[in-house]
Amino acid sequence: MSGRAFLAVLRRDVYVTGRELPSFLAQTLVQPFFFLLVFVVVLGRGGFVAEGYGEIMLPGLIALNAMFGALQSVTLPLVFELSWTREIDDRLLAPMPVWAVAVEKIVFAGLRGLLASLLMVPIGLLMIDVHWPADGLLPAFAMVVLGSLLGAAMGLTIGTAVPPRRINILFAVIFTPLLFTGSVQYPWLTLQDLRWFQVLSALNPLTYVSEGLRAALVPDVPHLPLWVCVVVPVLAIVLFTLLGIRGFLRRALD
Amino acid sequence: MAKAAVEVVDLVKRYPKAKSNAVDGVSFEVETGEVFGLLGPNGAGKTTTVGVLTTRVVPTSGVARVAGLDVRADAVAVCARLAVVPQRQNLDRSLGVRDNLVFHAAYHGVGRAERNRRADTLLERMGLSDKAKAIADDLSGGQAQRVMIARALMHRPEVLFLDEPSTGLDPQARLFVHDQIRSLRDEGITVVLTTHDMDEAHKLSDRIGIVDHGTLLALDTPDKLVRALPGSATVEVVAEPGPGGVEPLRVALAGLDGVARVETPPGRAQPGTEAFRLSVTCEPSTLLAPVVDLLGRHGAGVRDVSLGESTLEDVFIDLTGRDLR
Repeated sequence: MSGRAFLAVLRRDVYVTGRELPSFLAQTLVQPFFFLLVFVVVLGRGGFVAEGYGEIMLPGLIALNAMFGALQSVTLPLVFELSWTREIDDRLLAPMPVWAVAVEKIVFAGLRGLLASLLMVPIGLLMIDVHWPADGLLPAFAMVVLGSLLGAAMGLTIGTAVPPRRINILFAVIFTPLLFTGSVQYPWLTLQDLRWFQVLSALNPLTYVSEGLRAALVPDVPHLPLWVCVVVPVLAIVLFTLLGIRGFLRRALD
Repeated sequence: MAKAAVEVVDLVKRYPKAKSNAVDGVSFEVETGEVFGLLGPNGAGKTTTVGVLTTRVVPTSGVARVAGLDVRADAVAVCARLAVVPQRQNLDRSLGVRDNLVFHAAYHGVGRAERNRRADTLLERMGLSDKAKAIADDLSGGQAQRVMIARALMHRPEVLFLDEPSTGLDPQARLFVHDQIRSLRDEGITVVLTTHDMDEAHKLSDRIGIVDHGTLLALDTPDKLVRALPGSATVEVVAEPGPGGVEPLRVALAGLDGVARVETPPGRAQPGTEAFRLSVTCEPSTLLAPVVDLLGRHGAGVRDVSLGESTLEDVFIDLTGRDLR
């Protein structure tokens, strides 16, 4: 009974994404496209940015899309659903445990993150020259999966922790720092002379996804060892999933 | 006797940081096929009670069962057997009206062909066939209410909870909802209704529980509740006072056998006349002659006499008081 309900709720989310495909594509692709355009094409033109920077940035943007694609698929809808619209009530009354509704959110957001990062690949390939090793593609895909689940689990935690009245701080205080301390735009090891920022970046789980993707796709660029880039996200996924489910139960039940 | 569709035993709910219990030891049973009204002022504890029964509120202590299943231990199975029509519109805004129904049935494991068939039947029954593709935000209050009732019926629940089903609806929509509730009863679905609309409760409910401050104050059929009120029938008299003035009349009327109390109903007296409402404990018509006779002896001229019954509202006010919440 619960399994069927779980799949039906997942099908609902996929169906809604299908209906809102243009806004989903805009939400996930416009920002990374402009990152590439300005940092690689525009700044690269006059030599403000070193040649080959695009190769460093593209794996970071794929990581960013995996994580933010997933995170945004949970956080904002959840804040609304749990407060003003109460749209989630009908799913909470489906014959499945309440925690399973939270897990469905993670699975679905993970799928959105995966799609968002895979869509980033052809755009990147069109805009910059890359030479990815074939044996790096599988590890890269694994990192994208981890990044998507990480974003989904963090999104669940944030979405249940932020009260609706505080939604405006979400972007300034949470999204922006996550975006700029996740080693998306720079390799982490090059920060040795900027120790405080390196420490800050190390606290952002996105760093390990970005570094892991670079380890797989551009192994010549200095990067953290791949095993670190797998272990830290896995631990973070477990932690944020548990926190997120706890928060969800607290918000869904009185 | 039919098995209880809903069973509540010594239910207590205290919200964190609250000074008192929102529900404070409530017990009642709803029989299968019954329409049961929970009546109470705002904040009386009726929505919390329904919240516990629909698995959304975790009780502090006590037992709550729906269709014989404990709402805490068997929450998943309970959800399969009940449906909720909330007071606030909570339709899925990302889906059209028909998809709201179809996906609801899918959550409950109804097969594809069957859920499509049921959706069409229910849209027809609720007069919503032309709104099948509309988005929830574009519906009027009455239409949204009908969609939520249709959605609730998609998985053929045994017990239906309706929270303030006609608050904010126009009279046509209200009557339609009332008709629907009656036909659900005819189909054997148990209905638990929360409301503070007295007429609605009286009209629809087989039995009514009156709740205030988290406790159940009275529980009976609407007619018996009204009859149990001391001075349940009334005699209203409008008279032109005689030379002695109003007060002696009032005292004399209150002294008649069978008169429980005398009140002044608002807005009934014309200039130069005085209105009295006598709450009586006997058959009101037997008081007509004594009242007219008494007024005559005081030199007062009778302008109007009418007999009346108490209403559920009188019972409600008698039990819960006149204080604003």
